[in-house]
Amino acid sequence: MVSNLRHVTAPLIGNNPITLQILGICSALAVTTSLSTALVMSLALTAVLCLASASISLIRHHIPNVIRLIVQIIIIASLVIVIDELLQAYAYEISRQLSIFVGLIVTNCLVMGRAEAFAMRNPVWPSVLDGLGNGLGYSLVLIIVGSIRELLGAGSLLGYTILTPASEGGWFVPLGLMQLAPSAFFIIGLLIWVIRTRWTEQVETAKFTLKTQEVRQ
Amino acid sequence: MLNPVTAWRHFLARPNDDRVKVFGVAVLVAFACAVIVSTTAVMLKPIQDAHVEAERAARMARMLDTLPGMREVMEEAGVDSLETRIVDLSTGAFVTDIDAASYDAEAAANDPEQSTVIPANEDVAGLRRRANYAPVYLLERDGELLLIVLPVSGAGYQSTIQAMLALEPDLTTIAALTITEQGETPGLGARIEEQVWQELWLGKQIADETGQIVISVVRGTASGPHQVDGISGATVTSNGIANMLRYWLGDHGYGTFLDRLTSEGLGNGL
Repeated sequence: MVSNLRHVTAPLIGNNPITLQILGICSALAVTTSLSTALVMSLALTAVLCLASASISLIRHHIPNVIRLIVQIIIIASLVIVIDELLQAYAYEISRQLSIFVGLIVTNCLVMGRAEAFAMRNPVWPSVLDGLGNGLGYSLVLIIVGSIRELLGAGSLLGYTILTPASEGGWFVPLGLMQLAPSAFFIIGLLIWVIRTRWTEQVETAKFTLKTQEVRQ
Repeated sequence: MLNPVTAWRHFLARPNDDRVKVFGVAVLVAFACAVIVSTTAVMLKPIQDAHVEAERAARMARMLDTLPGMREVMEEAGVDSLETRIVDLSTGAFVTDIDAASYDAEAAANDPEQSTVIPANEDVAGLRRRANYAPVYLLERDGELLLIVLPVSGAGYQSTIQAMLALEPDLTTIAALTITEQGETPGLGARIEEQVWQELWLGKQIADETGQIVISVVRGTASGPHQVDGISGATVTSNGIANMLRYWLGDHGYGTFLDRLTSEGLGNGL
Protein backbone atom coordinates (compact mmCIF):
# COMPACT_ATOMS: atom_id res chain seq x y z
CA MET A 1 0.00 0.00 0.00
CA VAL A 2 2.76 2.39 1.01
CA SER A 3 4.66 1.59 -2.15
CA ASN A 4 1.50 2.29 -4.17
CA LEU A 5 1.03 5.64 -2.50
CA ARG A 6 4.41 6.63 -3.90
CA HIS A 7 2.76 6.69 -7.36
CA VAL A 8 0.50 9.48 -6.15
CA THR A 9 3.01 11.58 -4.22
CA ALA A 10 6.04 11.32 -6.50
CA PRO A 11 4.61 13.36 -9.42
CA LEU A 12 3.47 16.21 -7.15
CA ILE A 13 6.85 17.96 -6.91
CA GLY A 14 9.65 15.43 -7.23
CA ASN A 15 8.61 14.23 -10.68
CA ASN A 16 6.09 16.89 -11.61
CA PRO A 17 4.86 16.47 -15.21
CA ILE A 18 5.01 20.20 -15.96
CA THR A 19 7.98 21.53 -14.02
CA LEU A 20 10.29 18.52 -14.40
CA GLN A 21 9.08 16.64 -17.47
CA ILE A 22 7.90 19.85 -19.22
CA LEU A 23 4.80 18.13 -20.62
CA GLY A 24 1.35 19.61 -21.18
CA ILE A 25 2.69 23.15 -21.45
CA CYS A 26 0.29 24.21 -24.23
CA SER A 27 -2.87 23.81 -22.17
CA ALA A 28 -1.12 25.19 -19.09
CA LEU A 29 -0.65 28.46 -21.01
CA ALA A 30 -4.09 28.59 -22.52
CA VAL A 31 -6.48 27.83 -19.69
CA THR A 32 -4.81 29.60 -16.77
CA THR A 33 -6.16 33.12 -17.37
CA SER A 34 -8.54 32.52 -14.48
CA LEU A 35 -8.61 30.12 -11.55
CA SER A 36 -12.02 28.62 -12.38
CA THR A 37 -11.00 27.51 -15.88
CA ALA A 38 -7.71 26.15 -14.49
CA LEU A 39 -9.64 24.12 -11.89
CA VAL A 40 -12.07 22.63 -14.40
CA MET A 41 -9.25 21.82 -16.82
CA SER A 42 -7.34 20.13 -13.97
CA LEU A 43 -10.38 18.06 -13.07
CA ALA A 44 -11.00 17.08 -16.70
CA LEU A 45 -7.38 16.11 -17.28
CA THR A 46 -7.13 14.13 -14.03
CA ALA A 47 -10.33 12.25 -14.87
CA VAL A 48 -9.12 11.44 -18.38
CA LEU A 49 -5.71 10.38 -17.09
CA CYS A 50 -7.13 8.02 -14.44
CA LEU A 51 -9.71 6.45 -16.76
CA ALA A 52 -7.26 6.12 -19.66
CA SER A 53 -4.62 4.51 -17.43
CA ALA A 54 -7.21 2.11 -16.02
CA SER A 55 -8.62 1.00 -19.36
CA ILE A 56 -5.26 0.72 -21.09
CA SER A 57 -3.79 -1.21 -18.18
CA LEU A 58 -6.83 -3.50 -18.17
CA ILE A 59 -6.25 -4.67 -21.75
CA ARG A 60 -2.46 -4.24 -21.79
CA HIS A 61 -1.75 -7.96 -22.33
CA HIS A 62 -3.87 -8.00 -25.49
CA ILE A 63 -2.71 -4.79 -27.17
CA PRO A 64 -0.60 -5.83 -30.16
CA ASN A 65 2.67 -3.95 -30.13
CA VAL A 66 2.36 -2.77 -33.74
CA ILE A 67 -0.89 -0.86 -33.12
CA ARG A 68 -0.42 0.08 -29.46
CA LEU A 69 -0.18 3.84 -30.04
CA ILE A 70 -3.35 3.86 -32.14
CA VAL A 71 -5.22 1.84 -29.52
CA GLN A 72 -4.04 4.22 -26.79
CA ILE A 73 -5.02 7.30 -28.79
CA ILE A 74 -8.46 5.94 -29.63
CA ILE A 75 -9.18 5.19 -25.96
CA ILE A 76 -7.90 8.60 -24.82
CA ALA A 77 -9.77 10.45 -27.58
CA SER A 78 -13.05 8.72 -26.71
CA LEU A 79 -12.68 9.56 -23.03
CA VAL A 80 -11.91 13.18 -23.89
CA ILE A 81 -15.01 13.44 -26.08
CA VAL A 82 -17.14 11.98 -23.29
CA ILE A 83 -15.73 14.45 -20.75
CA ASP A 84 -16.19 17.34 -23.20
CA GLU A 85 -19.82 16.36 -23.81
CA LEU A 86 -20.42 16.12 -20.05
CA LEU A 87 -18.95 19.59 -19.51
CA GLN A 88 -21.10 21.02 -22.30
CA ALA A 89 -24.16 19.52 -20.67
CA TYR A 90 -23.49 20.23 -17.01
CA ALA A 91 -20.95 23.10 -16.92
CA TYR A 92 -21.94 25.04 -20.02
CA GLU A 93 -20.43 28.42 -19.07
CA ILE A 94 -17.02 26.96 -18.19
CA SER A 95 -16.95 24.71 -21.23
CA ARG A 96 -17.49 27.83 -23.37
CA GLN A 97 -14.49 29.49 -21.72
CA LEU A 98 -12.31 26.40 -22.13
CA SER A 99 -13.46 26.16 -25.78
CA ILE A 100 -11.24 23.75 -27.70
CA PHE A 101 -8.74 23.09 -24.93
CA VAL A 102 -10.72 20.23 -23.42
CA GLY A 103 -10.68 18.57 -26.83
CA LEU A 104 -6.95 19.17 -27.02
CA ILE A 105 -6.35 16.96 -23.95
CA VAL A 106 -6.07 14.24 -26.62
CA THR A 107 -2.85 15.79 -27.83
CA ASN A 108 -1.55 16.45 -24.33
CA CYS A 109 1.75 14.58 -24.21
CA LEU A 110 1.16 13.94 -20.53
CA VAL A 111 -1.73 11.50 -21.11
CA MET A 112 0.01 9.55 -23.89
CA GLY A 113 3.24 9.65 -21.91
CA ARG A 114 1.72 8.01 -18.85
CA ALA A 115 -0.14 5.42 -20.96
CA GLU A 116 3.00 4.45 -22.84
CA ALA A 117 5.43 4.63 -19.91
CA PHE A 118 3.33 3.26 -17.07
CA ALA A 119 -0.10 1.83 -17.85
CA MET A 120 1.21 -0.49 -20.59
CA ARG A 121 3.47 -2.27 -18.07
CA ASN A 122 1.64 -2.15 -14.73
CA PRO A 123 -1.52 -3.60 -13.16
CA VAL A 124 -4.72 -1.58 -13.02
CA TRP A 125 -4.59 -0.18 -9.47
CA PRO A 126 -1.04 1.23 -9.59
CA SER A 127 -1.84 2.67 -13.05
CA VAL A 128 -4.89 4.50 -11.69
CA LEU A 129 -2.81 5.88 -8.82
CA ASP A 130 -0.08 6.93 -11.24
CA GLY A 131 -2.70 8.70 -13.38
CA LEU A 132 -4.14 10.38 -10.30
CA GLY A 133 -0.71 11.49 -9.07
CA ASN A 134 0.28 12.96 -12.43
CA GLY A 135 -3.12 14.60 -12.77
CA LEU A 136 -2.71 16.19 -9.35
CA GLY A 137 0.84 17.30 -10.16
CA TYR A 138 -0.47 18.97 -13.32
CA SER A 139 -3.40 20.45 -11.36
CA LEU A 140 -1.07 21.88 -8.70
CA VAL A 141 0.91 23.86 -11.27
CA LEU A 142 -2.24 24.97 -13.11
CA ILE A 143 -3.83 26.18 -9.87
CA ILE A 144 -0.72 28.14 -8.85
CA VAL A 145 -0.36 29.73 -12.30
CA GLY A 146 -4.11 30.37 -12.57
CA SER A 147 -4.25 32.05 -9.15
CA ILE A 148 -1.30 34.34 -9.89
CA ARG A 149 -2.62 35.28 -13.33
CA GLU A 150 -6.17 36.00 -12.19
CA LEU A 151 -5.04 37.90 -9.09
CA LEU A 152 -2.54 40.12 -10.90
CA GLY A 153 -4.40 40.29 -14.20
CA ALA A 154 -7.90 41.01 -12.97
CA GLY A 155 -7.54 41.58 -9.20
CA SER A 156 -9.92 38.73 -8.39
CA LEU A 157 -9.94 35.05 -7.48
CA LEU A 158 -12.69 32.71 -8.74
CA GLY A 159 -14.51 35.84 -9.85
CA TYR A 160 -14.53 37.45 -6.38
CA THR A 161 -12.77 40.82 -6.27
CA ILE A 162 -9.73 40.73 -3.99
CA LEU A 163 -7.87 43.84 -5.16
CA THR A 164 -10.26 46.58 -6.23
CA PRO A 165 -9.12 47.82 -9.66
CA ALA A 166 -8.40 51.52 -10.15
CA SER A 167 -11.28 51.77 -12.62
CA GLU A 168 -13.67 50.98 -9.74
CA GLY A 169 -12.07 53.31 -7.21
CA GLY A 170 -9.33 51.08 -5.80
CA TRP A 171 -5.56 51.44 -6.07
CA PHE A 172 -4.83 48.32 -8.09
CA VAL A 173 -3.97 48.61 -11.77
CA PRO A 174 -4.52 45.20 -13.45
CA LEU A 175 -1.52 43.87 -15.34
CA GLY A 176 -2.77 43.28 -18.88
CA LEU A 177 0.24 41.08 -19.62
CA MET A 178 -1.02 38.50 -17.09
CA GLN A 179 -4.06 37.86 -19.32
CA LEU A 180 -1.82 36.93 -22.26
CA ALA A 181 -0.16 33.57 -22.84
CA PRO A 182 3.50 34.68 -22.41
CA SER A 183 2.94 35.50 -18.74
CA ALA A 184 2.27 31.80 -18.08
CA PHE A 185 5.70 31.04 -19.51
CA PHE A 186 7.28 33.54 -17.12
CA ILE A 187 5.42 32.13 -14.11
CA ILE A 188 6.17 28.50 -14.99
CA GLY A 189 9.81 29.48 -15.58
CA LEU A 190 10.03 31.16 -12.18
CA LEU A 191 8.31 28.15 -10.60
CA ILE A 192 10.86 25.77 -12.11
CA TRP A 193 13.63 28.04 -10.84
CA VAL A 194 12.21 28.01 -7.28
CA ILE A 195 11.73 24.22 -7.32
CA ARG A 196 15.20 23.51 -8.65
CA THR A 197 16.77 25.86 -6.10
CA ARG A 198 15.05 24.00 -3.28
CA TRP A 199 15.37 20.46 -4.71
CA THR A 200 18.80 20.68 -6.31
CA GLU A 201 18.73 17.03 -7.49
CA GLN A 202 16.32 18.16 -10.25
CA VAL A 203 18.97 20.32 -11.87
CA GLU A 204 20.05 18.67 -15.09
CA THR A 205 23.69 18.42 -15.89
CA ALA A 206 24.58 20.20 -19.08
CA LYS A 207 24.80 17.75 -21.99
CA PHE A 208 27.21 19.92 -23.86
CA THR A 209 29.70 22.48 -22.68
CA LEU A 210 30.69 25.54 -24.62
CA LYS A 211 34.10 25.18 -26.14
CA THR A 212 36.40 27.92 -25.04
CA GLN A 213 37.41 29.94 -28.04
CA GLU A 214 41.05 29.84 -28.88
CA VAL A 215 42.25 33.29 -29.60
CA ARG A 216 44.25 33.34 -32.75
CA GLN A 217 47.54 35.14 -32.40
CA MET B 1 -20.66 -26.24 -33.32
CA LEU B 2 -18.66 -23.16 -32.41
CA ASN B 3 -18.86 -22.23 -28.77
CA PRO B 4 -18.57 -18.43 -28.42
CA VAL B 5 -16.81 -18.67 -25.06
CA THR B 6 -14.15 -21.04 -26.35
CA ALA B 7 -13.80 -19.00 -29.52
CA TRP B 8 -13.21 -15.88 -27.41
CA ARG B 9 -10.61 -17.73 -25.31
CA HIS B 10 -8.88 -18.92 -28.48
CA PHE B 11 -8.87 -15.38 -29.81
CA LEU B 12 -7.32 -13.99 -26.60
CA ALA B 13 -4.77 -16.80 -26.51
CA ARG B 14 -3.45 -15.90 -29.94
CA PRO B 15 -0.02 -14.27 -29.93
CA ASN B 16 -0.14 -10.47 -29.97
CA ASP B 17 1.66 -10.17 -33.31
CA ASP B 18 -0.84 -12.50 -34.99
CA ARG B 19 -2.71 -10.79 -37.84
CA VAL B 20 -6.17 -11.93 -36.75
CA LYS B 21 -5.49 -10.66 -33.26
CA VAL B 22 -4.22 -7.28 -34.50
CA PHE B 23 -7.31 -6.74 -36.64
CA GLY B 24 -9.61 -8.17 -34.00
CA VAL B 25 -8.32 -5.94 -31.22
CA ALA B 26 -8.42 -2.87 -33.47
CA VAL B 27 -12.03 -3.53 -34.47
CA LEU B 28 -13.17 -4.37 -30.94
CA VAL B 29 -11.53 -1.32 -29.34
CA ALA B 30 -12.87 0.97 -32.06
CA PHE B 31 -16.35 -0.51 -31.70
CA ALA B 32 -16.40 -0.20 -27.90
CA CYS B 33 -15.19 3.41 -28.08
CA ALA B 34 -17.73 4.27 -30.79
CA VAL B 35 -20.57 2.89 -28.69
CA ILE B 36 -19.47 4.85 -25.59
CA VAL B 37 -18.99 8.12 -27.47
CA SER B 38 -22.22 7.97 -29.45
CA THR B 39 -24.29 6.95 -26.43
CA THR B 40 -23.01 9.91 -24.41
CA ALA B 41 -23.48 12.32 -27.30
CA VAL B 42 -27.04 11.21 -28.00
CA MET B 43 -28.05 11.13 -24.35
CA LEU B 44 -26.66 14.56 -23.52
CA LYS B 45 -27.81 16.30 -26.71
CA PRO B 46 -31.16 17.59 -25.33
CA ILE B 47 -29.47 19.14 -22.26
CA GLN B 48 -26.80 20.81 -24.43
CA ASP B 49 -29.38 22.16 -26.88
CA ALA B 50 -31.36 23.61 -23.99
CA HIS B 51 -28.23 25.48 -22.82
CA VAL B 52 -27.56 26.92 -26.28
CA GLU B 53 -31.18 27.99 -26.67
CA ALA B 54 -31.26 29.54 -23.17
CA GLU B 55 -28.05 31.40 -23.88
CA ARG B 56 -29.45 32.86 -27.10
CA ALA B 57 -32.72 33.85 -25.43
CA ALA B 58 -30.85 35.43 -22.51
CA ARG B 59 -28.69 37.52 -24.82
CA MET B 60 -31.72 38.62 -26.77
CA ALA B 61 -33.50 39.54 -23.51
CA ARG B 62 -30.44 41.47 -22.28
CA MET B 63 -30.33 43.36 -25.54
CA LEU B 64 -34.01 44.23 -25.33
CA ASP B 65 -33.45 45.48 -21.79
CA THR B 66 -30.83 47.95 -23.00
CA LEU B 67 -33.35 49.55 -25.37
CA PRO B 68 -35.18 52.37 -23.62
CA GLY B 69 -38.92 51.82 -23.44
CA MET B 70 -38.81 48.57 -25.41
CA ARG B 71 -40.24 46.48 -22.57
CA GLU B 72 -43.26 48.78 -22.22
CA VAL B 73 -43.95 48.59 -25.93
CA MET B 74 -43.75 44.80 -25.81
CA GLU B 75 -46.09 44.66 -22.84
CA GLU B 76 -48.55 46.83 -24.73
CA ALA B 77 -48.30 44.56 -27.74
CA GLY B 78 -48.83 41.61 -25.42
CA VAL B 79 -45.65 39.70 -26.36
CA ASP B 80 -42.65 38.74 -24.26
CA SER B 81 -40.25 37.91 -27.07
CA LEU B 82 -39.64 38.90 -30.66
CA GLU B 83 -41.20 37.14 -33.61
CA THR B 84 -38.75 35.03 -35.62
CA ARG B 85 -39.07 34.99 -39.39
CA ILE B 86 -36.89 33.45 -42.08
CA VAL B 87 -35.73 35.63 -44.96
CA ASP B 88 -34.46 34.58 -48.38
CA LEU B 89 -31.42 36.82 -48.71
CA SER B 90 -31.23 36.76 -52.53
CA THR B 91 -34.86 37.82 -53.14
CA GLY B 92 -35.32 39.70 -49.89
CA ALA B 93 -38.69 38.03 -49.26
CA PHE B 94 -39.96 36.29 -46.13
CA VAL B 95 -40.05 32.49 -46.46
CA THR B 96 -42.90 30.61 -44.82
CA ASP B 97 -42.16 26.98 -45.64
CA ILE B 98 -39.23 26.72 -43.20
CA ASP B 99 -39.88 26.27 -39.51
CA ALA B 100 -38.23 29.27 -37.87
CA ALA B 101 -37.78 27.55 -34.50
CA SER B 102 -35.74 24.64 -35.85
CA TYR B 103 -33.77 26.48 -38.57
CA ASP B 104 -30.05 26.33 -37.83
CA ALA B 105 -28.38 29.19 -39.71
CA GLU B 106 -24.87 28.22 -38.62
CA ALA B 107 -25.22 24.68 -39.94
CA ALA B 108 -26.78 25.99 -43.16
CA ALA B 109 -23.81 28.29 -43.77
CA ASN B 110 -21.48 25.27 -43.78
CA ASP B 111 -23.70 23.19 -46.04
CA PRO B 112 -22.89 23.77 -49.75
CA GLU B 113 -26.52 22.92 -50.65
CA GLN B 114 -27.93 25.64 -48.42
CA SER B 115 -25.33 28.34 -48.81
CA THR B 116 -23.77 30.62 -51.41
CA VAL B 117 -20.14 31.49 -52.01
CA ILE B 118 -19.59 35.19 -51.40
CA PRO B 119 -17.75 36.83 -54.36
CA ALA B 120 -14.26 37.82 -53.22
CA ASN B 121 -14.75 41.51 -54.02
CA GLU B 122 -17.89 41.65 -51.83
CA ASP B 123 -16.52 39.55 -48.99
CA VAL B 124 -15.41 42.41 -46.75
CA ALA B 125 -16.36 40.41 -43.64
CA GLY B 126 -14.08 37.51 -44.61
CA LEU B 127 -16.82 34.88 -44.36
CA ARG B 128 -16.36 33.04 -47.72
CA ARG B 129 -19.90 31.54 -47.55
CA ARG B 130 -23.25 32.60 -46.23
CA ALA B 131 -26.50 30.71 -45.77
CA ASN B 132 -29.23 31.32 -48.35
CA TYR B 133 -31.80 31.93 -45.66
CA ALA B 134 -31.33 33.95 -42.48
CA PRO B 135 -33.52 34.35 -39.41
CA VAL B 136 -34.59 37.88 -38.43
CA TYR B 137 -36.35 38.86 -35.23
CA LEU B 138 -38.94 41.59 -35.30
CA LEU B 139 -41.41 43.43 -33.16
CA GLU B 140 -44.52 44.90 -34.74
CA ARG B 141 -47.67 46.61 -33.55
CA ASP B 142 -50.74 46.79 -35.79
CA GLY B 143 -48.66 45.82 -38.82
CA GLU B 144 -46.14 48.56 -38.17
CA LEU B 145 -42.50 47.64 -37.57
CA LEU B 146 -41.08 48.82 -34.23
CA LEU B 147 -37.75 47.03 -34.10
CA ILE B 148 -35.83 44.54 -36.19
CA VAL B 149 -32.91 42.43 -35.02
CA LEU B 150 -30.51 40.94 -37.57
CA PRO B 151 -27.91 38.27 -36.74
CA VAL B 152 -24.56 39.22 -38.29
CA SER B 153 -21.11 37.63 -38.30
CA GLY B 154 -17.64 38.34 -39.60
CA ALA B 155 -13.95 37.65 -39.20
CA GLY B 156 -12.16 39.40 -36.36
CA TYR B 157 -8.47 39.15 -35.50
CA GLN B 158 -8.39 35.46 -34.60
CA SER B 159 -12.00 34.29 -34.48
CA THR B 160 -15.35 34.64 -36.18
CA ILE B 161 -17.44 37.19 -34.33
CA GLN B 162 -21.20 36.69 -34.07
CA ALA B 163 -23.45 39.59 -33.16
CA MET B 164 -27.02 40.80 -33.10
CA LEU B 165 -27.77 44.17 -34.65
CA ALA B 166 -31.04 45.89 -33.69
CA LEU B 167 -32.30 48.58 -36.05
CA GLU B 168 -34.96 51.21 -35.52
CA PRO B 169 -37.92 51.33 -37.94
CA ASP B 170 -36.02 53.72 -40.27
CA LEU B 171 -33.69 50.71 -40.87
CA THR B 172 -30.54 52.81 -40.63
CA THR B 173 -30.35 53.92 -36.99
CA ILE B 174 -28.67 51.39 -34.70
CA ALA B 175 -30.84 50.61 -31.67
CA ALA B 176 -28.37 48.15 -30.16
CA LEU B 177 -25.40 45.98 -31.03
CA THR B 178 -24.68 42.87 -28.95
CA ILE B 179 -21.75 40.54 -29.48
CA THR B 180 -22.99 37.00 -28.97
CA GLU B 181 -19.86 35.00 -29.71
CA GLN B 182 -16.18 35.88 -30.08
CA GLY B 183 -12.75 34.41 -29.36
CA GLU B 184 -10.57 37.51 -29.63
CA THR B 185 -7.47 38.27 -27.52
CA PRO B 186 -8.48 38.62 -23.85
CA GLY B 187 -8.00 42.16 -22.58
CA LEU B 188 -7.69 43.58 -26.12
CA GLY B 189 -10.08 42.45 -28.85
CA ALA B 190 -12.29 40.62 -26.36
CA ARG B 191 -13.25 44.01 -24.97
CA ILE B 192 -15.87 44.24 -27.74
CA GLU B 193 -17.99 42.26 -25.27
CA GLU B 194 -17.94 45.18 -22.82
CA GLN B 195 -21.21 47.01 -22.39
CA VAL B 196 -19.48 50.41 -22.50
CA TRP B 197 -18.14 49.80 -25.98
CA GLN B 198 -21.35 48.31 -27.34
CA GLU B 199 -23.24 51.37 -26.10
CA LEU B 200 -21.09 53.59 -28.32
CA TRP B 201 -23.06 52.20 -31.26
CA LEU B 202 -26.44 53.40 -30.04
CA GLY B 203 -28.05 55.96 -32.31
CA LYS B 204 -25.32 55.75 -34.96
CA GLN B 205 -26.41 55.85 -38.60
CA ILE B 206 -25.44 52.96 -40.87
CA ALA B 207 -25.99 54.82 -44.14
CA ASP B 208 -25.85 58.46 -45.25
CA GLU B 209 -28.66 60.36 -47.06
CA THR B 210 -27.91 58.67 -50.39
CA GLY B 211 -28.18 55.17 -48.91
CA GLN B 212 -24.43 54.55 -49.11
CA ILE B 213 -23.18 52.47 -46.14
CA VAL B 214 -20.66 54.70 -44.40
CA ILE B 215 -20.46 53.43 -40.81
CA SER B 216 -16.85 53.05 -39.71
CA VAL B 217 -14.66 52.55 -36.68
CA VAL B 218 -12.03 55.27 -36.22
CA ARG B 219 -8.90 55.76 -34.16
CA GLY B 220 -8.92 58.60 -31.71
CA THR B 221 -12.15 60.49 -31.27
CA ALA B 222 -15.20 59.62 -33.32
CA SER B 223 -17.22 62.50 -34.70
CA GLY B 224 -20.57 62.57 -36.41
CA PRO B 225 -23.30 59.94 -36.63
CA HIS B 226 -21.33 57.53 -38.84
CA GLN B 227 -18.25 56.98 -36.69
CA VAL B 228 -17.55 54.86 -33.62
CA ASP B 229 -14.42 54.87 -31.44
CA GLY B 230 -12.22 51.84 -32.00
CA ILE B 231 -10.62 49.90 -29.16
CA SER B 232 -6.97 50.83 -28.79
CA GLY B 233 -4.71 47.83 -29.33
CA ALA B 234 -7.49 46.01 -31.17
CA THR B 235 -7.69 47.76 -34.52
CA VAL B 236 -8.26 44.57 -36.49
CA THR B 237 -11.10 43.46 -34.23
CA SER B 238 -12.75 46.90 -34.27
CA ASN B 239 -12.49 47.12 -38.05
CA GLY B 240 -13.84 43.57 -38.24
CA ILE B 241 -17.06 44.75 -36.61
CA ALA B 242 -17.41 47.67 -39.04
CA ASN B 243 -16.70 45.38 -42.01
CA MET B 244 -19.22 42.88 -40.72
CA LEU B 245 -21.94 45.56 -40.64
CA ARG B 246 -20.85 46.82 -44.05
CA TYR B 247 -21.17 43.34 -45.55
CA TRP B 248 -24.43 42.30 -43.90
CA LEU B 249 -26.23 45.56 -44.61
CA GLY B 250 -24.89 45.65 -48.18
CA ASP B 251 -26.58 44.16 -51.24
CA HIS B 252 -25.15 40.68 -50.71
CA GLY B 253 -26.36 40.60 -47.10
CA TYR B 254 -29.66 41.96 -45.86
CA GLY B 255 -29.64 44.90 -48.34
CA THR B 256 -32.30 43.51 -50.69
CA PHE B 257 -34.48 42.46 -47.76
CA LEU B 258 -34.23 45.87 -46.08
CA ASP B 259 -35.10 47.63 -49.37
CA ARG B 260 -38.19 45.48 -49.79
CA LEU B 261 -39.09 46.01 -46.15
CA THR B 262 -39.06 49.77 -46.76
CA SER B 263 -41.08 49.64 -49.98
CA GLU B 264 -43.47 46.75 -49.35
CA GLY B 265 -43.73 46.58 -45.54
CA LEU B 266 -44.00 43.48 -43.40
CA GLY B 267 -46.19 41.53 -45.84
CA ASN B 268 -43.64 40.98 -48.58
CA GLY B 269 -43.43 37.43 -49.82
CA LEU B 270 -46.23 36.27 -47.54
